[in-house]
Amino acid sequence: MLSIRNIVKQYAGHRALDDVSLEVQSGQVFGLLGPNGAGKTSLIRIINQITAPDSGEVFFNGQKLNQAHIERIGYLPEERGLYKKMEIGEQMIYLARLKGLSRAEAQKRLKFWFDKLGMETWWKKKIEELSKGMQQKAQFVATVLHEPDLIILDEPFSGFDPVNAEIIKDEILALNKKGATILFSTHRMESVEELCDAIALIHQSHKILDGTVKNIRNSYRSETYMVEYAGQRLSFNGAQPFDVIGDTITDDDNHTIRIKLNEGYTSNDVLQYLIPQVRINMLQEVIPGMHEIFIEKVNANNKSHE
Amino acid sequence: MNKVLLIIQREYLTRVRKRSFIVMTLLVPTLFALMYKVVAYIADDKNDVKATHIVHVVDSARIYQEKLIDSRYIKFDYSSRTLTALKTEVKEQENDLVLYIPTHKPEVTQIFAKKKSTLSLSDNLERQLNDIASGSALVKAGIDTARLHRIKSNIVVNANEITETGDQSTNMGATYALSFAGAILIYMSLFIYGAQVMRGVIEEKTSRIIEVIVSSVKPFQLMTGKIVGVGLVGLTQFVLWIGLSALVSYIAGQNTAQASPAYTFIHSLGANAGYELGCFLFYWISGFLLYSALFAAVGSAVDSETETQQFMFPITLPLLFTYILSVSYLFQKPDSTLAFWLSIIPLTAPVAMMVRVPFGVPAWELGLSMTLMIAGFVFTTWVASRIYRVGILMYGKKVNFKELGKWFFYKE
Repeated sequence: MLSIRNIVKQYAGHRALDDVSLEVQSGQVFGLLGPNGAGKTSLIRIINQITAPDSGEVFFNGQKLNQAHIERIGYLPEERGLYKKMEIGEQMIYLARLKGLSRAEAQKRLKFWFDKLGMETWWKKKIEELSKGMQQKAQFVATVLHEPDLIILDEPFSGFDPVNAEIIKDEILALNKKGATILFSTHRMESVEELCDAIALIHQSHKILDGTVKNIRNSYRSETYMVEYAGQRLSFNGAQPFDVIGDTITDDDNHTIRIKLNEGYTSNDVLQYLIPQVRINMLQEVIPGMHEIFIEKVNANNKSHE
Repeated sequence: MNKVLLIIQREYLTRVRKRSFIVMTLLVPTLFALMYKVVAYIADDKNDVKATHIVHVVDSARIYQEKLIDSRYIKFDYSSRTLTALKTEVKEQENDLVLYIPTHKPEVTQIFAKKKSTLSLSDNLERQLNDIASGSALVKAGIDTARLHRIKSNIVVNANEITETGDQSTNMGATYALSFAGAILIYMSLFIYGAQVMRGVIEEKTSRIIEVIVSSVKPFQLMTGKIVGVGLVGLTQFVLWIGLSALVSYIAGQNTAQASPAYTFIHSLGANAGYELGCFLFYWISGFLLYSALFAAVGSAVDSETETQQFMFPITLPLLFTYILSVSYLFQKPDSTLAFWLSIIPLTAPVAMMVRVPFGVPAWELGLSMTLMIAGFVFTTWVASRIYRVGILMYGKKVNFKELGKWFFYKE
């Protein structure tokens, strides 16, 4: 769907993107992660053809990115804004027509969206008369009205109240189900595991990690398990097939430990070792969340640059 | 539909629908008509002396006794009272005055009144006194005054202009007026509509809609659309102003049984109306394109209107300079070397050339100026668009000219 190859973008004084490549598959929800100032917005602007890279290429559905693709992309910038003095209905139609829709078609689709999001009575209102949340809802509609194949959202959930954020999230997922590819940037990890199929992590102008969320998390498995058992509290002398990390947490008869398997052992070996001694309530592998991976990766990258 | 057309349409319609546009469109012709009324009122001699003035004549030689002719507002009274007595008397009177003609020195005749006497009143007295004095001198010299009157010629000089279509009578007053009006109209409208373009750019930037728009169209398309849209608003306003002014002054003119100023204006343009209007349109459009591109670049470089000062000054300087020179110097010397150069350089040409056009400009000069004008706005548009495309996405940066220079050289 979208193939970004060796993009370099140089601004006066600093390099915003340094040899960044990534692949977004059709139908994916793709998360572009990274701390503030990492280069996410620069990359998004290049995909939107607002700026051009100094070197490198972008391919859209196998074709080199060109003006015709503009109509296939919907973009919600991080800094939202609409013409304050313009009526909302007229403005949405204007924006949709700039994306190549006819007036009649824009009107029809707008009516559908306004009905859907409970905005029917807003049509004649000026933007400045709406609350901030309402404005953002309107802007979201403007982003998707021309039914783009690729929807690019820069920090989509910032600025929304929780209720609206939930509505927008559902709409994004619904559009994804209908076939739209979603690319969104965020520095907030909570939404990532829930929404994203794949991610790329950008830090200090470099891509330092990418892949599907599942693969990345799997690759960060560290043979760590959480075990809860009932019965007498165990003490370990080193003969067991694992190391215990930290202390045993005791709650009445129930004890919880965090363990790391020794080389060559599996979780079955753990069970075989423990079962004769105690009753097992639970054994669960601890897979690091994207949040931990993010922090670990960024810190490691920081260190390597020091 | 072409996207630039779509932008032009929006820029045009949102402005034309604004209350301020409608108010301005109606207000200016009204002010124009009002001004015309005031000027007519002031220029009207009779209004000068509306109340009846009694002129007490002190003329001990009695040369002018009963010879001064009363008019509607001026009545003469030949009293035998002394000058001092009369002076104390008129001191209490609003409209009365004393005309003192010294017996031995009639050439130092004086008027005394409570208020400063008006020009038309002293004109009237002067004329009558001179007529009477020279009349009696002629009689004394034995000249038949009746015969003299018959043979006295009455010559009025009419200015004529030699043109290809034959000699034309010219009205120097109208030429000056036209020259002045052209300069002032161009000067003001370049400012007004240039600033509108700038404000539009700043609005898009501060409201942050700019990023949405430039993800749909090229920055250059947006800039072009805005400039053309605002330009059309300007043209619309001109057409409405001229139309409404003509209408208003026609109605006003009917009441006072005088030719309306619009009629006089068009009449004084004479056969050149098309030529002069064409020149005005050309310099208005090309000047607007040239300056509004610069204004757009300024708008893109700043975060708010208050920051525009440092850039506005150098841009508006050539305009201001030409304008001040126009009203003081170029009028007098429309064919001077300075006038020539100012009307050739694109930054100053719109104002300077409009001053010169009513006086007649050689075709080659006009052609050269127009060619340079076109080259000029193509050039400024190119420069401005390179700054604009970078500026619109820059926030929170204190920008100076060096920075603008850097932007200019940025790659896409």
